[in-house]
This record gives sequence, structure tokens and C-alpha cells, in this order.
Amino acid sequence: MAEATDQSSSGVTAGERADILIAGAGYVGLTLAVAVKTAAPSLDVRLVDIAPEGVWKKDGRASAIAAAAIRMLERLNIWDEVRDDAQPITEMIVTDSKTSDVVRPVFLTFGGEAEPGEPFAHMLSNQVLNGALRAKAAALGVSVEQGIGVSAIHPKSAAIDIDLTDGRKLTTRLLVACDGVNSKIRSMAGIQTIRKEYDQAGIVATVGHERPHNGRAEEHFLPSGPFAILPLKGNRSSLVWTESARKAKELVEGDEMVFELELEQRFGHKLGAMTLESGRRAFPISLTLARSFVKPRVALCGDAAHGIHPIAGQGLNLGFKDAAALAQTIVEAERGGLDIGAIDVLEEYQRWRRFDTVQMGITTDILNRMFSNDSSLLRSVRSFGLSLVDRAPPLKEFFIAQAAGLTKGPSPRLLQGDPI
Amino acid sequence: MTQMHSNTVDQDEIERFSRLAAEWWNPKGKFKPLHKFNPVRLEEIREQVALNFDRQLGQSKPFEGLTLLDIGCGGGLIAEPMRRLGFEVTAADASKTNIEVAKLHAEEAGLSIDYRATTAEAIAAEGSMFDVVLALEIVEHVADVPFFLTTCADMVKPGGLLFVATINRTAKALAFAIVGAEYVLGWLPRGTHQYSKLVRPEEVEGPVSAAGMTVIEELGVVYHPLEDAWKRSTDTSVNYMTIARRPTV
Repeated sequence: MAEATDQSSSGVTAGERADILIAGAGYVGLTLAVAVKTAAPSLDVRLVDIAPEGVWKKDGRASAIAAAAIRMLERLNIWDEVRDDAQPITEMIVTDSKTSDVVRPVFLTFGGEAEPGEPFAHMLSNQVLNGALRAKAAALGVSVEQGIGVSAIHPKSAAIDIDLTDGRKLTTRLLVACDGVNSKIRSMAGIQTIRKEYDQAGIVATVGHERPHNGRAEEHFLPSGPFAILPLKGNRSSLVWTESARKAKELVEGDEMVFELELEQRFGHKLGAMTLESGRRAFPISLTLARSFVKPRVALCGDAAHGIHPIAGQGLNLGFKDAAALAQTIVEAERGGLDIGAIDVLEEYQRWRRFDTVQMGITTDILNRMFSNDSSLLRSVRSFGLSLVDRAPPLKEFFIAQAAGLTKGPSPRLLQGDPI
Repeated sequence: MTQMHSNTVDQDEIERFSRLAAEWWNPKGKFKPLHKFNPVRLEEIREQVALNFDRQLGQSKPFEGLTLLDIGCGGGLIAEPMRRLGFEVTAADASKTNIEVAKLHAEEAGLSIDYRATTAEAIAAEGSMFDVVLALEIVEHVADVPFFLTTCADMVKPGGLLFVATINRTAKALAFAIVGAEYVLGWLPRGTHQYSKLVRPEEVEGPVSAAGMTVIEELGVVYHPLEDAWKRSTDTSVNYMTIARRPTV
């Protein structure tokens, strides 16, 4: 037989071929691309993103990245690029109080180390993380095409034909949807969701303050929802402030001074005077769970598979876990000669991730119901619960491990800091 | 390469093959038992080939540069993974339908595999030799077992490997592989296997050794119902695999 050349597409499709198309160049899609290319360089991985060029640079938000995700970013040679911009969270306090309480009893303090010398989380600007992931993807030969989305999908027995929004056609073995909580590909694949709307919105903003935060994060469970202030580099902090949808709209669209006053009422003067350093944005909050994470030739990853309440700050870390688990599933299948888009391979990824996700979705939902109200009965139950956690070291360690994403169980190798 | 769109095959035929291909390749469909059985066979083949040819697993296309013949390839369930692992694959099946189905699927998957509707004897007659020859779940269906095995063994190059997988002729095999799989569980169509045509390990070893090969491994493959997976075992009383090597000199 003459020199065998795979990927001939004579007659079957006129389009181009690749192994994997990832739709969505957020941190999940980029991490997946980098993780797969690092372990299996011969796979042809493409990335498209519907947002126009440069939009990612305008993301003023920051995210808490758990220790497990940092181990993965270290393994993928990304953490070194962003380390100087990341603020370790060295301590975390949790209170449960009314908005007007001047003195807030502290129920829980975490001297937050996942392992000695390893803070359980870091705060990092989304733009810095995204930029570093893009640079790494480019270095590994994955190009990111901005302004391009998926307009239709046609799964076949051995491949999937994909129509792109610019009219091009692409045939791949696997399509991964990393296109967010309102994933278009999820609907194209006919995957239903379980959805619960909270009448709450999360206000996100960056503030500057007079005094240093000393790496301390605070989360106050206020009647309208959790209010978190998370340390950034310098005398700056990131707010994640949950309010009723109506109140959030008022705060975001109203006068800056009113916003700062309301902020002061919730947070007090511990860090001195506070000023807004960024725009204010409000994001609707819902619980969205895809009924299935996979279909033949299609996998959902990150928010496309699940959107959860931000009360525990776990949304980002669930996405990192998805990317790590899917990358490992793909790479192991490829090394074994298996078909990376076949449903039996993809179901391994689903088995791995869906239980954890549903569990986290339910936990955050219960936390929100427990805390986002003004009932004095629930308040005393909560106080008892939180102070119990604070006094019982094993329980506390469990919560720190949870927050650091380092719980026991079959964790993807990258999240343990090992190569795939 | 494949000539699916030439005038010799009409459109209705292609559509029929296409439906059959979807059937063959649906992990949840009629051929589910084969799909379930596949990982353990692939694992054994990968490990033995890597060991024998000193190739590094854990990277893509570890078997690039090696040739493989898959006799009784069916819809290509083993041939495709073998191609992905880097082998230059020739795959044969006596059924023309199977070959058309396999060609169509490989074309869609973008894999270049030399599929032929022919027999082991016909390929041997061309004088072709291969680094690896696979005869998986086929000996129990051939008319003359010793002749078939000798033909397969003769096509293995010096230093190469022959894999034979089949079902043992034991009371347990009758109970599990025929009564259980065909009549109770409905995994396989009734009449797939006839007890008298099943082959004992020594009936594989005999002709293979006589053809100058050394049996290097004989292992059982056992179904674990709780995990719904097949695993390797020392119990060769039902499904088993014999691996033989042709010495270099």
C-alpha cells in the first residue's frame, strides 16, 4: 500500500478537517485547548469565539482561583506568567448578620492554607489569566479565531460536520461547547436544561481603599444574599455583592456616591474610605444544569454544562475541573487508539463530572436558601452551624479542602499537579 | 483509496451501507457487546506490540512504521483504533457488506485503511507479510482451523506477532458464551456460535507452533457484571487470547 494519508475527505464533505473544535475562548475553552495540546501535540485543535477581537481585554472582573486549579496552571506552565499579578487569599472570615449590624460576630475564620505554604486560593484578574492562556495556546499552535461561532451541527457516525458563522464548513471528531451558560451548541445538540431563576443579581466591581487588606477575604451573609470582598493586588478589592434583581439594577445604574454609601453600610470602615475603580455590572443569577453533558460527538464544558449560584465562589473551579477531566478523557482515548468523539468515551467524562456538579449546584442552592433571608430562627440555626464548624478542626479542614478544590476522590491528574 | 462514489456502486446501496455502518458503530446498538469487548482487546494488543517492538506508549501514533493485517475485520471496530495508533492497516473480511460498511465509516472518520473483501488465503497468496496479524473472534467460524491458522502464521514477518482470540470448547463456554450470551442475555444473535466449532487453546497452539512461531502468552478474558466491563484473567475456560511471536532468525 502506498504512503497512507489519513483525513482524506474526498466526496464525503467538502470542508476542512480537524480533530477537535472548541467553541468559546473563555478560561475553560482555553485551558482545555492548552491541556490537550500539551499532552497530545499531534491532535489538531481549533478554537473559535463569537465575540469580536479584543473583547476579552475589556473584562474588568477578577476571579478566585482555588489551589487545585493553580496546581494545574503550574503544570501547564501558565502560573509563572501570572503569579506576580495574583493576590493570595491568606485568611477568610465569614459572618452572618443584618445589613444594619455595626458589630458582626465572626463565626468562621479560615487561616487559609490548602497545604503549608499553599494558600487555598488566589485572586486574579480575568484579563490577565485569559491573556496568559491565549499566549500559551498560540505557542502550542492553537489559533483562536474571534468573531466566529457555530451556526449548525450535523453529527454523523464517525465525525461531525460543523457550519461556521462565516460560511466555512469544518469536519471534526469532537465538538466541545465552552460557549457559556446560554450555550447555543447545547440547544443545537438538543440537550435540555434544568433551570431555576433566583430573583437575585450579582453586582461585580473593583474598589480601591485606604488601608491594606492583608490578604483577607470576607463573606457576609446578609439578608439579601451574600456579600463578598476579595483582595486584589495593592489596596484594591473585588466585590461580589448579591442583591435582589431590582435593588441590584438601582445600585448599578444609580449614582456612584449612593453606591459607595450602600457599600460602606455593608462593609464598614475597616479598610478606610472606599472608591469605585471600575464600572459596576450586575449579572442575573440562576441555577442551570444540563440534563446531559454529552451527546455523540459533542461535549459541554464549564458554564455550558452548569451555571451555579456564586455564594460559594465555585463556578470557576467547576469549569477548571471540567476542562481537566475532559482533557484527560480525550488524551487517554487518543493514546489508546479510541475515537475521542464516540459516545462511550465521552460518557466517561460525564460520569466523572456530573455528580460533582449536581452536588455543587444543590449545595449552593441550599446555602442561598439558608442564608439569603432575615428569619431569626434560621439565623440561630446558622450561627450554631457555623460556630460548630469553627470549633471542630476536622470539619473546618473539610471546608478549606472544599474551597481549595482538593477534596478526596478521583481528581483529574492535572488538578493534582501531575501531567496527563 | 476508497472508490465509494464511482459509478460501480449505486446510491441505494450506499445508503444501505451507511445505515449498517451507523448500526455497527453505535456503542448502544446491536453490536454493543463487541464495543464492550473492544477495550480489553485493544489494551492487550497495545501492550504486547509496544513490548515486542520496543515502542513507547503514552504518546500518539506509537506504532507508526509497522504493518498490520486484521483478518475478519467486520465493520472495522479494531482496524480503526489500530490505524489511529499508527499502524499501516490492511483489513479483510469475507463479507462484501462488512467491507463496504467499514470503508464508508473509515472514510467519514478520515482514516486511511486498506479494506479488502477477501480471505486470508488470498492475501497470503499475494506473498504479503505483516509485522502484526490479528485473527480475532474468527477461528470459530472458519471451515478448516489448522489450515487457517497456518495461513495467518505464515504471513507474520520474523520478529512479528500473531494474535488469536476465540472461545474455548468447554462446558462453561457452552453455558456462558452460547446459552448465556445468545439465549439468555440476547447479546448475540442465536446461532452465532456452534459448540462443535469452538476451538481449544491447544488446537490454536498446535498449528501456530508447527508454523514456526512461539506462543508467548495465553490469557483469559472475563466479564465483570458489576462493572459491566471485560477484564484480563488467567481463566481461559470461556473467552481467551493466544499470542505468538515469530523468532527473528
